[in-house]
Amino acid sequence: MTSSNISASPGASGATARSDQAAIRTEHLVRHYPMGDALVRAVDDVTLSIPAGEFVALLGSSGSGKSTLLNLMAGLDRPTSGAIFAHERNLASMSSDELARHRSHTIGIVFQSFNLLPRMTLEENVELPLRLAEVERGERIARVREAVDRVRLTARLSHRPSELSGGEQQRAALARALVNRPTILLADEPTGNLDSATGDEIMNLLREINEGMGMTIVMVTHEQPRAERFAHRMILMGDGKIKNDGGRA
Amino acid sequence: MKARDLVDLAARNLREALFRNSLTTLGIGVGVASLVAMLSLGVGLQNLASDSLSHSGLFNAIIVTPRTNFTGFGGPGRANPAAAATPMVPLDESARGEIRALPHVIEVYPEIRFPTEIHYNGNPYPTVVAGIPESDRDGGSFDGMQGHFFSGPDASEAILQIDLAKQLSDQPYSLLGKDLVLRYAERTPLPAAGGGDSGAGSGGFSIVPHEEKLRVVGIVETEPSAGLGTFGRGRLLIPLQLAEQLQATQTNDLRDLIRDTTGSTKKTYDNLTVRVKDAVDVKAAEDAIKKMGFSAFSLLDATRNLRLVFTVFDLLLGIFGSLALVVASLGIINTLVMAILERRREIGVLKALGAADRDVQRLFFAEAAAMGLLGGVVGVAIGWLIGRAINFGTDFYLNRQQLPAIKVAAVPWWMVAMAIAFSVAVSLAAGIYPASRAAKLNPVEALRYE
Repeated sequence: MTSSNISASPGASGATARSDQAAIRTEHLVRHYPMGDALVRAVDDVTLSIPAGEFVALLGSSGSGKSTLLNLMAGLDRPTSGAIFAHERNLASMSSDELARHRSHTIGIVFQSFNLLPRMTLEENVELPLRLAEVERGERIARVREAVDRVRLTARLSHRPSELSGGEQQRAALARALVNRPTILLADEPTGNLDSATGDEIMNLLREINEGMGMTIVMVTHEQPRAERFAHRMILMGDGKIKNDGGRA
Repeated sequence: MKARDLVDLAARNLREALFRNSLTTLGIGVGVASLVAMLSLGVGLQNLASDSLSHSGLFNAIIVTPRTNFTGFGGPGRANPAAAATPMVPLDESARGEIRALPHVIEVYPEIRFPTEIHYNGNPYPTVVAGIPESDRDGGSFDGMQGHFFSGPDASEAILQIDLAKQLSDQPYSLLGKDLVLRYAERTPLPAAGGGDSGAGSGGFSIVPHEEKLRVVGIVETEPSAGLGTFGRGRLLIPLQLAEQLQATQTNDLRDLIRDTTGSTKKTYDNLTVRVKDAVDVKAAEDAIKKMGFSAFSLLDATRNLRLVFTVFDLLLGIFGSLALVVASLGIINTLVMAILERRREIGVLKALGAADRDVQRLFFAEAAAMGLLGGVVGVAIGWLIGRAINFGTDFYLNRQQLPAIKVAAVPWWMVAMAIAFSVAVSLAAGIYPASRAAKLNPVEALRYE
């Protein structure tokens, strides 16, 4: 992929309520880690700003650093140096407990391999973040229903992940990511394990969430055509650096 | 995470690997059972010893002697020379009444033993008669006795020691219900030469032979407890009140007459046995008696030493019993470490969804505690059954030996609570390493784990 391929998506809607206030901002963000004798520069001096309400696609080849950057945004990993802000709160200076609260209240995460807990039903899987956030049981039930309705899986509440199709599992994972009403949704290759039609379903859902709820979405993907259709902005990464930032649509 | 959700998740996780977790829990159960069985044996034996001794009346008894007369149990020559200079307070009937009036005192009685002769089927048999207080009825000394205890405190009845009964008859138990005649020397006070005090007399006493018909109501195999500071009670046992009424001459009467410095031959006691309600009352009563001018002695110190010995014994048994629990705790560590490996990705997901390190740690602790709790309950049940089996086996053996049943193993409620609490504590300790390892798991690496 060349930088000329990265541009504002013609398919992206301009109607989304986006603000100039940054939902996520990084300043000279660096994440290095040792691998044997070598030092891997997974994220190398990345500075960017993602306004609230924006739908951003992080593109790049394997090992380009996009997933590491996503993990840093989620607070699952800590930077080697630099700063990363979520709603102007620096994650780099947060304690382990504060990062856990950040993941619980600010961030929703969707993985390529869904990561639903196999022994729990769909309802229990979606309820799990609410338990971790110590939400009262009565409210938990209402919020699970609301999230499951949004991804149109109400009829499958009592099913276990093994009884759901790939698309349904990813929708369930999406409901789980939304149930705590985060302001930022991070998606790591959300369509990577799905066929094209099901992948489009998920992307449509993401767009609905972005437009309907005004949620900031950062999606890691290597499918540029799909990113062009749905994202407002595409950022191309390579060797841990931003090679091209498509800017806002 | 709230405690209820934590317990729910822990229970769910334990159910997931049901067979492995059940085996681990059973391991803990066996460890706790071993601990409970050992301790129940220690406690049972302690209770047995304590009960036997308290039945003997040693722990709630005080022996009172006149201060100048008391030479200790080590023999003569230990009298306090300073005390000899002070006037002696006579240990007589009025002193007995004063002691009886002290708080918590339930009984004050003298030791009455005298040599005598009994006649049965026209033949004389020399023996020693001893008065038995009413409190001995439930004291355990007469457990296993053929026949029954005295029907009343002054009943003209006798209990024979088996050796005497064998002398009287080839079929000793056939003596039950039979009458025999007791011939004894009655001490009768003589009036004083100048009038003197009436009743007790002051001019010495005469010795007159007398007879008393007694009905044999019991035959006892073992010699009933000699009591504190005496050398055996005798072979013909009669109610103490009856023994007192007989006014039989005792071995110390002549000595008292010679020693008398008051000019009175009023009856005095060589010693009195004071029984208090409970062993805890002994100290206060002993102090009060000493203040009255008498010497007093009890076996409280011996009790303390006995308790110390059994505490050490229980401790040793507990340590040996705990070894199995320590081995079981290794099983918990193994199970939980395996669980971390198997649930690595799940831990990553939990952290990604907002679980703090503390939540993950508490989850593993909850699983360890649940296994400990369940193992503790199972272990206590098994330990209790082992105790019952030991008791059953002991009873069976003793029964065959025609000996009374005893309770060798005991599982009191405090032991049940302690064993379960200990099991949970050991399980939590075993969970420290796996729980902290799970909590420190890097979520990015955990999520990458296949």
